[in-house]
Amino acid sequence: MSKRFTVVGQPLPKIDAWGKVIGDTRYADDLVLPRMAFGKLLRSPHAHARITRIDTARAKAVSGVYAVITGADLPRVKFGILPVSQDEEALCTDKVRMVGDAVAAVAAVDEETADRGCRLIEVDYEPLPALMSIQESLAHPEVRIHEYGDGPNVHKNVALQFGDVDAAFAAADLVREDVFFYEGNTHLPMEQHAAVAHATPDGKLTLWSSTQTPHYVHRLLAKILDMPAAHIRVIAAPVGGGFGGKLDPFAHEIAACRLSQLLGRPVKIACTREEVFYIHRGRHPVLMWIKTGFTRAGDITGCHLKTWLDGGAYGSYGVASTFYTGVINPVTYKMPVYKFEGARVFTNKPPCGPKRGHGTPQPRFALEVQLDKAAEQLGLDPADMRRRILVEPFTKTANHLTVTTIGLGECIDKVVEASGWRDKAPRYRAAAQVEAPKPLWQPRRRRGVGIACSSYMTGAGTAIYWNSMPHSGVVLRADRSGGVTVLCGATDIGQGSDSILAYLVAEVLGLDPKDVHVHPADTSLTPVDLGSYSSRVTLMCGQAVIQAAERLRAVIFKAVAAKLEVDAAALAARERKVGVPDDWDKAVDFARAVELAEAMHGVLAFAGSYAPPRRAGKYKGGGVGPSPCYSYSACVVELSVDEDTGEVELHDVWIAHDIGRALNPLLVEGQVEGSVYMGIGEAVMEAQVFRKNVHKAPSMLEYKSPTTLETPEIHTMLVETDDPEGPFGAKEAGQGPLLPVMPAIANAIYQAVGVRVDEIPITPEKVLKGLELRRRGKPARVGPDRVPRFTFKEPLVVESAFGAPAEAIAVRPFADHQT
Amino acid sequence: MNIRLSLRVNGESRELLVPVHKTLLEVLREDLDLMGTKHGCELGECGTCTVLVDDAPVLSCLALPADLQDCDITTVEGMADGGRLHPLQQAFAELGAAQCGYCTPGILLSAKALLADDPAPTRQRIREALAGNLCRCTGYTKILDAVELAALRMTKDSPYDQRLADRLADRRAPEPCGGAPTANIQAAMKLAGPQ
Repeated sequence: MSKRFTVVGQPLPKIDAWGKVIGDTRYADDLVLPRMAFGKLLRSPHAHARITRIDTARAKAVSGVYAVITGADLPRVKFGILPVSQDEEALCTDKVRMVGDAVAAVAAVDEETADRGCRLIEVDYEPLPALMSIQESLAHPEVRIHEYGDGPNVHKNVALQFGDVDAAFAAADLVREDVFFYEGNTHLPMEQHAAVAHATPDGKLTLWSSTQTPHYVHRLLAKILDMPAAHIRVIAAPVGGGFGGKLDPFAHEIAACRLSQLLGRPVKIACTREEVFYIHRGRHPVLMWIKTGFTRAGDITGCHLKTWLDGGAYGSYGVASTFYTGVINPVTYKMPVYKFEGARVFTNKPPCGPKRGHGTPQPRFALEVQLDKAAEQLGLDPADMRRRILVEPFTKTANHLTVTTIGLGECIDKVVEASGWRDKAPRYRAAAQVEAPKPLWQPRRRRGVGIACSSYMTGAGTAIYWNSMPHSGVVLRADRSGGVTVLCGATDIGQGSDSILAYLVAEVLGLDPKDVHVHPADTSLTPVDLGSYSSRVTLMCGQAVIQAAERLRAVIFKAVAAKLEVDAAALAARERKVGVPDDWDKAVDFARAVELAEAMHGVLAFAGSYAPPRRAGKYKGGGVGPSPCYSYSACVVELSVDEDTGEVELHDVWIAHDIGRALNPLLVEGQVEGSVYMGIGEAVMEAQVFRKNVHKAPSMLEYKSPTTLETPEIHTMLVETDDPEGPFGAKEAGQGPLLPVMPAIANAIYQAVGVRVDEIPITPEKVLKGLELRRRGKPARVGPDRVPRFTFKEPLVVESAFGAPAEAIAVRPFADHQT
Repeated sequence: MNIRLSLRVNGESRELLVPVHKTLLEVLREDLDLMGTKHGCELGECGTCTVLVDDAPVLSCLALPADLQDCDITTVEGMADGGRLHPLQQAFAELGAAQCGYCTPGILLSAKALLADDPAPTRQRIREALAGNLCRCTGYTKILDAVELAALRMTKDSPYDQRLADRLADRRAPEPCGGAPTANIQAAMKLAGPQ
């Protein structure tokens, strides 16, 4: 592990930071083209209704309105991000399935005129019963939201079993069954989605959009607009916050394209904040039942998890989300036997999809709180209990996922040490048992610390559509100035993917990151990268760009070796020079080296490709969950609870994250801190909830999210495990560190006041309810106590692969060599 | 109905004819091409569109330019002194305080107003001053750090300097973990030096 780096590991500014601090970055809504028209969508006020008539005549008559379209103006084709869930229309034709479904679009001279046009469109609806919860949808099979799926209003029904759970429970000293609920919440990016489309008379079309997945949007636009993909160019503008909310193709993008085609001029559609709340695709509300067997020592004998997801009105990523509520669980702790049953139910609410952590924060909350309860019953310290049951490195889980490195033990040690856990945990626990009467005018607050851990994928092992091509591609071009240009489909959503590409090229070629020009996310210029999701970008683009840079370096070395009359293997590239380290005076400038190489080989352009190792479990459903490697986090939260108001005040969060290697520790810390913050919001305040079919809080004031005042000090510690799968050993940081925050908070609240809130968000009302129950001598638990009557399908029974040694690492397509 | 406006933005006087109901945010973005001012809600809830009016933070989505004709308006484009960045901009770039960068202009201006009022604010005072600016990326940590660093550089020779430097060093560098250098402010200071 004694590699020496010059750029990697340095806390460098991001290459796009300078543009961002002077207001120079052009997000999608900042783009203005000559003759550009402005569009607006008319959205349904009904949660579920048949469309019987649309009349656009009055809207079309408005002065300044250029065009009005409905679903009839688009090819009759349904689409969806997943091939198995093609259930959306950009503009609904027969039926609306949620408040906010788009039914028509207007383009006009300005936004106000477009808005006036929308108001004059007449739509007749025949309302249908609206199903607004999992229970309602299952109780009313006679009302069908969609005609497809695994049952009436059931989008997906999965059941997998790895080993004999009944035998595992029989062998346990303690078996716990718990029910948890995790309310939905939304991404709330600061930038509202916007798109600019420009169709030209030659039949070509360019779309600039705030999207995290230009490649998937490109593919789907060809289908939706029924035109050759080769004539469509999708450019992802710098994204002002994604978090998973800009991963689907959206109605406003498609309507802007169609309107531009009809008008022969550019059209922009920017969503309002209220629209962003409705188009959503955020965290699924999930009801969970979890049964786990433990030995006296704290080992898990087996686990059985059932999840019910409230999917909302469309499929979106929902099939993947459903699997994700189950399949990542066995990656953290030794779980020799595992059974998972999950169902995603359609409701007449905005569709849910991927939000930071995609389907995994909910079961993580359930598992980590249950572990805490078990530790108490077994008389074990919750940190020590977790520490001793960690998955072994380079082994397989029960459900056939391959774990490579795992730095979670070190993570736990670090947060235990830094937080003062050994002192505080027993002290606060004891204090919680003592009634300490205080005068009424003094706030009655009690402190608690809680711990939880987690793991997350570093990139999904399979693409959204099945194929054998690279998941990430790079073209690298060196020019005679000594500069190097990277073309890569990666989309920078603020996480710093452009910068990572520049750092890695600079590292391999001995340049300054400033010498590297990055052109991202343009389907006409850049090789495909699948998109900014599943924490895949640093690893996959990183490996691709390293490969391209190494290929370029090999050619440059060959030319310089000929010039210096030395062996190419003796050469090194650093400080913008290429030469023999022991004879550095003779080293040639990088720009000169490029000239030598170009004279020898012609134009210097090299490709790099990455596809994950093919390690999917050989069973149906085995494709969701595999990842090149998994990141790990441990988190301790210290908080106090006000016994009069139920309010929770967070004081400190200590989080240690196994990052594999921090390519830029500053950026890693930023991802960890942002994840912790977002987890705090989910844990104590954020909720995407509905009343009378409409969003209860579709504004940034009503939808509570943490400000500087509610966000505590976050102490980030990084652990490096140098994973053989990662670029220079790196794993992900953008999602995993969110996961332990909610259960750590729930566990800390229990420690402080003895109240178990088994439901997210943990609002003051719920804490107060628990305190009241406790006062009355009843079990101080707040949360769901029953699960729906529901039949999961017969489980697919597969032998548990638990503990089997991992296969050879990094045997993957397109790799030059194996490590 | 249109109104003739005379606005002083970033030190430049501009004459405009715009619809009377247009907000300052709309005029800045649509009529003055100052796209650095962003919109997050257009309801005065998120702080993204913050600009300075006579050095005080104002939500441009709620302000009517007709009321501001005798005022000095500063947007993010007016923070740098020619090609030289304001210390806040420098610190935000160096410490990774701008992730997606969408909230950054508004936060920079709120912070600028704070430092004009209190050149050596406590961390709590910075939290209070920025409580009206939402950020979804950073968890605010790097933003608070960057404001502290800028304040430190701007008040260099005051006693505040060393006290703060010690505290930041204490808080930010527990020990390198598994060989990873933690980003620290001292390194950032060496990198760019005070303005």
